[in-house]
Amino acid sequence: MSNTPTQTPPTGDSQAVGATINPVQNKFTDRLSHVLADLGKNGIFIALIAVVVLFSILTDGILLRPQNISNLVVQNGYILVLAIGMVMVIIAGHIDLSVGSVAAFVGACSGVFAVQWGLPWWLSVILSLGIGALVGVWQGFWIAYVGIPAFIVTLAGMLIFRGLALVVLGNANIGSFPAEYRALGNGFLTDLFGEFEIDPLTLGVGAIAIIALVVQQVRTRRGRQKYGQDVEPMVWFVIKLVLISAAIGFFAYSLASYKGIPITLIILAVLILVYGIVMNRTVFGRHIYAIGGNRHAAELSGIKTRRVDFWLFVNMGTLAALAGLIFTARLNLAGPKAGDGFELEAISAAFIGGAAVQGGVGTIGGAIIGGLIIGVLNNGMSIMGIGIEWQQVVKGLVLLLAVAFDVYNRRRSGGR
Amino acid sequence: MTNNILEMRGITKTFPGVKALSNVTIEVERGEVHAICGENGAGKSTLMKVLSGVYPHGTYDGDIVFENETVEFKDLTDSEAKGIVIIHQELALSPYLSIAENIFLNNELKGRGGLIDWNKTNFEASKLLARVGLRENPTTKIMDIGVGKQQLVEIAKALSKEVKLLILDEPTAALNDEDSDHLLDLILHLKGQGITSIIISHKLNEIKKVADSVTVIRDGKTIETIAKQEVTEDRIIKDMVGRDLEHRYPDHTPNLGDELLRVEDWTAHHPQDTSRVVVDNVNLHVRAGEIVGIAGLMGAGRTEFAMSLFGQSYGSRISGKVFLRGKEIKTRTVSEAIEHGIAYATEDRKTYGLNLIEDIKRNISMASLKKLERFGLVHDNEEYKIATEFKNSMNIKAPNVLVKTGKLSGGNQQKVVLSKWIYSDPDVLILDEPTRGIDVGAKYEIYTIINKLAAQGKGVIVISSELPELLGICDRVYAISEGRITGELPIAEATPESMLKLMTMEKPR
Repeated sequence: MSNTPTQTPPTGDSQAVGATINPVQNKFTDRLSHVLADLGKNGIFIALIAVVVLFSILTDGILLRPQNISNLVVQNGYILVLAIGMVMVIIAGHIDLSVGSVAAFVGACSGVFAVQWGLPWWLSVILSLGIGALVGVWQGFWIAYVGIPAFIVTLAGMLIFRGLALVVLGNANIGSFPAEYRALGNGFLTDLFGEFEIDPLTLGVGAIAIIALVVQQVRTRRGRQKYGQDVEPMVWFVIKLVLISAAIGFFAYSLASYKGIPITLIILAVLILVYGIVMNRTVFGRHIYAIGGNRHAAELSGIKTRRVDFWLFVNMGTLAALAGLIFTARLNLAGPKAGDGFELEAISAAFIGGAAVQGGVGTIGGAIIGGLIIGVLNNGMSIMGIGIEWQQVVKGLVLLLAVAFDVYNRRRSGGR
Repeated sequence: MTNNILEMRGITKTFPGVKALSNVTIEVERGEVHAICGENGAGKSTLMKVLSGVYPHGTYDGDIVFENETVEFKDLTDSEAKGIVIIHQELALSPYLSIAENIFLNNELKGRGGLIDWNKTNFEASKLLARVGLRENPTTKIMDIGVGKQQLVEIAKALSKEVKLLILDEPTAALNDEDSDHLLDLILHLKGQGITSIIISHKLNEIKKVADSVTVIRDGKTIETIAKQEVTEDRIIKDMVGRDLEHRYPDHTPNLGDELLRVEDWTAHHPQDTSRVVVDNVNLHVRAGEIVGIAGLMGAGRTEFAMSLFGQSYGSRISGKVFLRGKEIKTRTVSEAIEHGIAYATEDRKTYGLNLIEDIKRNISMASLKKLERFGLVHDNEEYKIATEFKNSMNIKAPNVLVKTGKLSGGNQQKVVLSKWIYSDPDVLILDEPTRGIDVGAKYEIYTIINKLAAQGKGVIVISSELPELLGICDRVYAISEGRITGELPIAEATPESMLKLMTMEKPR
């Protein structure tokens, strides 16, 4: 494959001085450097595969059984929803410790709406999301416009909303939600179409996903080539596509042979798609990265940093509410202990997924994979019958090692 | 036995893919001030890191002979133990600690029981401060003294370690003329006490003032060592850039148009101390195609004026009027200022200008993302194309626009900052110290860019503390002192003497 990057020679006017960088134009090293760069970039993805392989062996394949794969998604859905908002907050250089409490608070409110007041499920959902947004407005106000560090504001929020959750619940659990509401956490798309041995709808969606992915990747590649950008070698491109397609295929087949597509997965897929585009391709997303990378420079470039900060927390509050709804729906119960420790799992997911503590670095995809790694660890160790105490130790070590690996990698590549 | 305190012989240092130093040899005589010159990226800092043990023995080839003894340093502590102390461009002081605490940091004076003896610490510190001519209480916090004084504290710290060879990496880069002079005098004074210094500098006039000999490095190689009596600016420049530089400034024939920007009665107060006037009733204007200089000493209110004008990024209780093409405009926020066609490139590009962990492309588009928006999405291929066009037209030296700006040299970083603002398509560009910390060759390129902008009919305001630069490129200059415009001269009438007089003019009291 010929992929000569169209490198325009420096058209320096005669005054140009200093050494011009002459990249080694050697096909083999070029290709190798691509593979290495990709491995570095996708290190987190490879880590996920390694964890999956390890636990499939340790659990004698139980991990990859259809039912368990389906469970993995449903059990971790709310953490992944939180991880999306959290990584955005972290990229901007903030943190949010309150999401677990907010999820509990909103779950409690939704219990009041849907069970005690008997409102229709959709109205309860909308009201609950609205409350989450209001929580975000409250916290965003203090952070963006008063200038109190997010750590403090959300630490306070962690206490405030946990307390309010207890107030709303009035020392009791609220339970037995309407079926439509419960579907948020427990439902499957096949419920709508009846049951098959292997659900054709799920397979169809899987196939569409694969086709969409391939088309999108090929188009991006063509676009880049058209604009004379460096692209990875075709071989590597194809191998990558085949591997990812195979993974999606296997995933879809597993879901199809169990109960079909979980509603939680649909919510997640939409969120990942939308937020992926927001972070990569919209002005708002770019501003988040710019603020995290250098707040002063962003301000002096005309970026309205306060406004961005504010909306980030409104967004986080809304996603925390959504996570609270999914969790409540799954348990069919709004209780005082809900959301305990969610913030730490979400933060871990973001950092395992390559976000930087100083801000400016991170991706939605990374955070999702980070969340999945935690999920597989939880699930795998539970299957193996490892106690909760050792699970905590292992998860702590994984977080530490993941970030250490990242720091080491960055230092080696001379980055900052 | 020679009289050399230091000889570095055949030093070669390679990084993966790059030969940073190749067979560099340098000899420093005992008791002299030895200057090392070279463009950014020439290898000066790498050489000093080899010398001070930051790059330990074994990671480079060649020998270091210090005081007639071959030395093999494993780290900084090793070299400091021998009396080699390096003071970096970015000062390594802790702002919240006192002067005395900083001087004896990691070298604490302990009394009985291994506890720190504060009386002794402060006493010794005041003795050291006297030696460097700094009249400050040793218990004053570092954050409460200016950069010039901080530099002196660094030297006092070096003296506390019984330094024999003092290395100063661009010591006056952040200092005003007065502080620079004081520092240079101090170096000469220490020379009188037998301390040898190596000074790395871009500033040719100060090299001429203090150096006994000058070694020029280019592209990782020693070009030559010049003795004091033979040092001329032209020769150093020729060595540094490898060719004659007939003109330090490109020719510029102004083609003036109508008035673009007019500022009337601009006043701003200190952001915290809101009763203190920092910018005092400034009036100025720029015409299309005109390059206007603002000359002022550090602290005169130059940057404060520009930043208060640019979206009130500095100050409090700001008042005054701004007119663009005769029409009054408001510049209350940065985005408002940008929309009205004003751009401000900061004097401190690393802190205020660039996102160093992001690539060239995204830095260039940062202030104008709206332009790249198609159906609510940023057109990233278009962004790549435009950034590449800027890379070529501005001659930004990098393999492609995906390189992180943190990895570029100062001159190339500045070109990225300028690209960002040019892409925002302003009418008036305010460039604050556009060539600070940039080597001679890149400076010329920046001047050429400024000329091009003026030729396109833009108004350019250049703020600089280097008078020759302003006199070399501007059509008209203002002098500012204590926040007030103290004079305005067409370039034909401006001389360094007349300008300096205006720049130091005090307020009538």
